[in-house]
Amino acid sequence: MTEASTIGVADTGVPVHEGGDVGEARSLASDAWRSLKRNWVFWFSVVLITLFVLMSIWPSLFTNVSPNEAILAKARERPSGDAWFGRDIQGYDIYSRTIYGARASILVGVFTSVFTVILGSVLGMLAGFNGGWLDAVLSRITDMFFAIPLLLGGILFMSVIPNDANTPYFVVVGKVIVVMGIFGWPSIARLMRSSVMQVKPNDYVQAARALGASPLRIIRSHILPNAMAPVIVVATINLGVFISVEATLSFLGIGLTPPAVSWGVAISDAIVALRTTPHILLFPSLFLCLAVLAFIMLGDAVRDAFDPKSR
Amino acid sequence: MTTTTTKSSRSTQTSGGPVYQPVDGRLLEVEDLHVEFHTQDGVARAINGVNLYLDQGETLAVLGESGSGKSVTAQAVMGILDMPPAKIPKGAIRYCGHDLLTMPEEQRRKTRGPEISMVFQDALSSLNPVFPVGWQIAEMFRKHRGMNRSDSLERAVKLMQRVQIPAAKERVKAYPHQFSGGMRQRIMIAMAIALDPAVLIADEPTTALDVTVQAQIMGLLQELQEERQMGLILITHDLGVVADVADRIAVMYAGRIMERAEVFELYRQPAHPYTKGLLESIPRLDQKGQQLAAIGGLPPNLMRIPPGCEFNPRCRYAQDVCRTDRPALREVAPGRESACHFAEEILHG
Repeated sequence: MTEASTIGVADTGVPVHEGGDVGEARSLASDAWRSLKRNWVFWFSVVLITLFVLMSIWPSLFTNVSPNEAILAKARERPSGDAWFGRDIQGYDIYSRTIYGARASILVGVFTSVFTVILGSVLGMLAGFNGGWLDAVLSRITDMFFAIPLLLGGILFMSVIPNDANTPYFVVVGKVIVVMGIFGWPSIARLMRSSVMQVKPNDYVQAARALGASPLRIIRSHILPNAMAPVIVVATINLGVFISVEATLSFLGIGLTPPAVSWGVAISDAIVALRTTPHILLFPSLFLCLAVLAFIMLGDAVRDAFDPKSR
Repeated sequence: MTTTTTKSSRSTQTSGGPVYQPVDGRLLEVEDLHVEFHTQDGVARAINGVNLYLDQGETLAVLGESGSGKSVTAQAVMGILDMPPAKIPKGAIRYCGHDLLTMPEEQRRKTRGPEISMVFQDALSSLNPVFPVGWQIAEMFRKHRGMNRSDSLERAVKLMQRVQIPAAKERVKAYPHQFSGGMRQRIMIAMAIALDPAVLIADEPTTALDVTVQAQIMGLLQELQEERQMGLILITHDLGVVADVADRIAVMYAGRIMERAEVFELYRQPAHPYTKGLLESIPRLDQKGQQLAAIGGLPPNLMRIPPGCEFNPRCRYAQDVCRTDRPALREVAPGRESACHFAEEILHG
């Protein structure tokens, strides 16, 4: 045995120098969690989001007044002990309708986000990982969708397949999700593509290839986990944006339409009475702002947590 | 298990995919390999006709400075060159008699890991930062051997113990950045030898490490090589590193092999001016205070390799013939090959 190998055995038998401390294992995700735990913005947004999610799943926890009970005689009533947020021009209880309106917003926000993340990630991954002509084709398609304004696309889509009074609730919501998904995925796809292109040349991807990993395995265990962080952040922020876009579409009368209850619809209905009874506008707008704010704050907090430079 | 794994158990363990048997002990044969890179500025000819062979249980050192094509050779053998921009216009890489270059990609992929494996230079960037090291080693067993989670993790711990990682049981859940450079390289080695490959290529495995750790890693590689009778290709620019470990040396320059010899012979008396220059440039303790001998000039631009011998602009023995005729690699003495017109003169003083 040569000198070099004797040194090797002798030295490493003693786990003093190189062993290091056997501390708590910390991954990127656990590091992010540590910094999130100490961030009040994160907890604030989590509390708000929890409230909104509860509202959308069990609205009856918060109110026992039906959102469809219209008492025309009491229309435009100001906030009182009977109706906490007052009543709108149809005599609906605004508090109840605002609570029930959360469902549409959360549904649209969450499902549009999921939809765009899945579609955008798959296409972005294909483009970034394969490169070449596939990348060129997918990138141009992405650009084409990027060029169409969301509102214009929404108006077009909804006027081609309009809703009527008998359209079931989930179909109405589903349409909004589809239209926003179709025009919302390009930003995720671009982000994913650039993220993948950044991860791909790393040595560990090369090493995985040299150790016989299949392309699918390389994508799943090596590229995706390392490229996902920015997508998660943008998707969280987008969730808030989608909620506000849904409200915009509903306000314009092309998103959710009555009988669906939604903040956008409520805001739209309140406009006619803005100067005489502003409280009708105030409450749904306030909830909408809080919901959007909560998701954007969460996205911001998560971004800070994933970005080592911000620590 | 890990320490007693021998070659005989190799064939029984490999499940799925072809199992190759060396022909007359010959594992790997690289024949007249050419690699070029098509870039915007032109074609860089990184490898221009490399011939190598590797037998069972043998260590071959490929020596050369940066840009000599040693890493590209390794990547070509592994099949991890990005094509394009790389292109292999000519040559064959035979593993146990099967040409890897003409093999279907899926079949070739299955040789990586269980047959031919590789250790990279920088172990930190070669390990996936988001997964614990144990998980990454265990992945080899799960994917190639179809083991379940707990069995594969157990094997990973044993393997980590084999590469002398202290407190392996506790550290199996640690992430790559929690290890020191030497430890990371050990983990990389553990991953590379997990499936008992017949050929292990180590691409400058100690360059990123400090000197004391270098010796340990080289010792470990040599030990594992002897224990498992692997063929080891050691790629390095460090003459000191190879002296102890290698059986044979191939010296590369500008994408060609300049000299091939047994390690002891080569150190005793080089047969090529380039090798001679390399050996003279090693700092020596008995020549303290003197100017260090260096080879003047720079390696050629691979897009404009000079006519004649690639080394002629830097060679102090260069004659007119060296500027016009490219010397082929030829046998100049028993077991000695050199690509120099004046190899005999260099060899015999």
